[in-house]
Amino acid sequence: MEIRPYGDTLNDGAMQLSFTLPVAPSPEAKEAAKQLVQRMGFQAASVVHMADLGESFSFFVVYAKTPVSIDYSSISVPKVDAKHMGFYEVNDFIRSNVGRKVVVVGACTGTDAHTVGLDAIMNMKGYAGEYGLERYPEMVAYNLGSQVPNETLIATAIELNADALLVSQVVTQKDVHIPNLTQLVELLEAEGLRDRLVLVCGGPRISHELAIELGYDAGFGSGTLPPHVASFIVQELVRRGIK
Amino acid sequence: MKKINLDESKVAQARQVAGGIAADIQTFITEHTTVSVERAVVRLLGIDGVDSEGVPLPNLTVEDIVRGGGLSRGAAYYIANACVALQAAPQQVAEQVAQGRISLTKLPDQGLATLEAAETLADGAVAWVAARRKERDLLLTELGEGPQPWLYVIVATGNIYEDVTQARAAARAGADIIAVIRTTGQSLLDYVPFGATTEGFGGTYATQENFRIMRQALDEVGTEAGRYIRLVNYSSGLCMPEIAAMGAMERLDMMLNDALYGILFRDINMQRTLIDQNFSRLINGYAGIIINTGEDNYLTTADAITAAHTVLASQFINEQLAHLSALPDEQIGLGHAFEINPDIEDGMLLELAQAQMARQIFPAAPLKYMPPTKHMTGNIFRGHVINSMFNLTSVLTGQGIHLLGMLTEAIHTPFLQDRFLALENARYVMNAARHLSEEVTFIAGGRVEKRANEVLTNALELLEHVAKIGLMEAIEQGLFADVKRGRFGGKGLEGVARKSADYYNPFPQRFMSRKFLSGGNH
Repeated sequence: MEIRPYGDTLNDGAMQLSFTLPVAPSPEAKEAAKQLVQRMGFQAASVVHMADLGESFSFFVVYAKTPVSIDYSSISVPKVDAKHMGFYEVNDFIRSNVGRKVVVVGACTGTDAHTVGLDAIMNMKGYAGEYGLERYPEMVAYNLGSQVPNETLIATAIELNADALLVSQVVTQKDVHIPNLTQLVELLEAEGLRDRLVLVCGGPRISHELAIELGYDAGFGSGTLPPHVASFIVQELVRRGIK
Repeated sequence: MKKINLDESKVAQARQVAGGIAADIQTFITEHTTVSVERAVVRLLGIDGVDSEGVPLPNLTVEDIVRGGGLSRGAAYYIANACVALQAAPQQVAEQVAQGRISLTKLPDQGLATLEAAETLADGAVAWVAARRKERDLLLTELGEGPQPWLYVIVATGNIYEDVTQARAAARAGADIIAVIRTTGQSLLDYVPFGATTEGFGGTYATQENFRIMRQALDEVGTEAGRYIRLVNYSSGLCMPEIAAMGAMERLDMMLNDALYGILFRDINMQRTLIDQNFSRLINGYAGIIINTGEDNYLTTADAITAAHTVLASQFINEQLAHLSALPDEQIGLGHAFEINPDIEDGMLLELAQAQMARQIFPAAPLKYMPPTKHMTGNIFRGHVINSMFNLTSVLTGQGIHLLGMLTEAIHTPFLQDRFLALENARYVMNAARHLSEEVTFIAGGRVEKRANEVLTNALELLEHVAKIGLMEAIEQGLFADVKRGRFGGKGLEGVARKSADYYNPFPQRFMSRKFLSGGNH
C-alpha cells in the first residue's frame, strides 16, 4: 500500500517545513527558501512566513507537497521482544523462573549528568504511577547516579554480581553517546562478561534498533515505564538461561 | 494590597527557623576552608594561566601549599610572603612554583611585611572588582534595561564564537539575559580550564577568556540595541568560588549559585559545597552579581505538586545563607519552576498560587522562574502553548528572571529559530498582559489562597524538622529532592581543611564591609 502525507485530501502529500537560512531576510532569501524546498523534490512550495532572526539569519515556514510515497506493507521495525508484565507479574515470574533476586545496576555513564530517565526507571517511587525497580521485592536495584565511567560500572557489576546493566544516555548532542555506549560493550567483551549480563540502554534519543546495532540486548526510548524494562530483563535472563 | 492572604505569622516563623538552620551551618562553615576557596583567593591576588602541560597555575600554587601542610593557614599568607621574599608579583611567584623552583611553605617568614603586602594586593583586587561593578552601574544608567520579567535564554553550542553569534541574535530578538551553559561534566572538574574554547558537549567551558569574549559581544550588541544585556554563568560545582572570582573580574551579572544543588544533583561532598558557597556568595555579593538558586531542580526529580513545599523551604534556607554572605535581597534570585503536569485540572491555578506566594514572601528578590521541562515531549506545538501559559503566569505574578521555555525542550539544544520563537512568544504574552497583575487579586478563601497557605504550612513543618536534626542530617535523610547524600560521601571532601588559629584571608572582611563601594546605596 503506497501512502503519502495527508493534508486534507488522501495522498495529497502536504507537509509543513520550517528552517533557518544564514542570510538576512529579503525577496531573494524568500525565493532561495522556495527553491531549496523544490530541490528537495517538493512541489507547490509556498513560503508562508519569513522572519528576521538578526545577525543575518532568516526563519521560514513553508508548505509544500511531496510526490514521494512509501509502500507501507514493506515497513518492518525491530521491537523489544518480550511479553509486557506488570509489577506483580514480574515478581511472580522471578520467583517461579529464577528462584533468587535479580540484581540490576544502573548508571548514567560517561559525562552525562542527567539522571531524570534513570531515576524514573529505578527510583523506589517510579514514574507515572508505576513503581521503580528499587521497589520490586524480587529485584536488588543499584542506581549509581550520574557521570559514572564505564570502567566503574563494570567493576561495580562484578562486585555486586549483577544480572543486568541499565545505561542511561540523555545528552546526545554531536552523538557523544555513541562512542560511550560502544566502549561499554567493548570493555564487557574484553572482560568476558558480555554473555553473562543483560545489557540495556535507554534515553529520549535511543531506539531499540540503535541499541541492537551497538551490541545491546534492548533499547528503550521516551515513554518507557519501569515494568517495560523489568519485563524485558527477567524474560531475557530466563531465555538465555542465566541463573 | 496583597493578592493572596498568606498567614504572615507562618512566614515570619519560617524565616526565623531558616535563620537558625543557616546560623547553625555557618558555624561549621567559618571554621573551614577548601582548596577551591584558596584557589579563588589566589586568582583574586592576580594569578592566572597554565603551565606547559596545561595545568592551571592556581591549582599548582594551592597544591604546593597543600603539600607543605599549609592549607589550614590559607593561601594569601603564602603568596604574599613569597612576593616579599622574592620581590616578585604573585604571577611570577606562581610561575616559579610551576617550574618547581620554589616551595611556598619553605620560604622564611617575612613578618609584618608579608601582612602589609597581602593587604595591598587584596585592596588592589577588591578595587578592580569595585571598578567593574561601577562600570555595570554606569552602563545600566546609559543604556537602560528591559522591564521585568527579564527574558533569559541559554546558548550552548560548545564553541564560544558560535555562542556569540547566537547570543547577539537573541539580544536583538528581545533577550535581556544570556546564559552560556557549561559543557557537560565541568561541575566535576576540580580546576577551571583556560583560554578560548571551541569544543564542548551540551555547552561551552566556563573559562575566564570565554567570559571576556561574551562580555564584549554583549556590550556591543547592548549598545546597538539600547539595552544592557546581562551575562550569566555557573558558580557551581567543585570550582564554585573560583568561578565567582572570575565572574567578578569579568563583570558577569548573574551566577547560578545554589547552596545545595551540587550536593543533591552532582554528588559533590556537602561539607565542600557548603563552605564553597559561602565564599562564592561573598564575592558575588560584593561584585553586584545576582545569584540564581536551583530549587527548580527539585521538581525534576520529585513531583511538582507534592514537593512544592520543599521548594519554598529551600528558598528560605538559601535566602538566610545568602544574607550571611552579605548578599542583599535584590541580588538573591530564588529559583522555582512551572513543572506541574499539564494534564491536571486547575494545574495553572496551582502554579499561580506557588508563583504569587513566592512573590509575596520574597518581595525584593528577583525571583528566577524556570520553564516547563519535565512534561515537555516531542510535541513542539503543545510545548509552545504550555510555554505561553508559563509566560502568562510569570508576568501576572511579577517574576524577576524569566528563563524561556523552548518548544524543542527534550529534543535538542535550541536551534537559532527555537530561541527566536520563544522570545516572540514571551514578548507577545508579556506585552499583551503587561499590567494584568495590577487588575487582579485572588478571592479570599479561594483555591489559589488555600493552596498557597497549604504549601506554606508544609514548608514550615519541613523547616522545623530540618532545624531539629540539622541541615546535614536532613540531606542525609533525603528530605530535599528525594536525594540522599552522606556527610563524608561525594566528590571533593579531600579538598576540605579545618582552619588553624593563624588562618588568613584578607577578602571576607573587605567584601562584607563593602570597601571601595561608594554611596552606601548598595
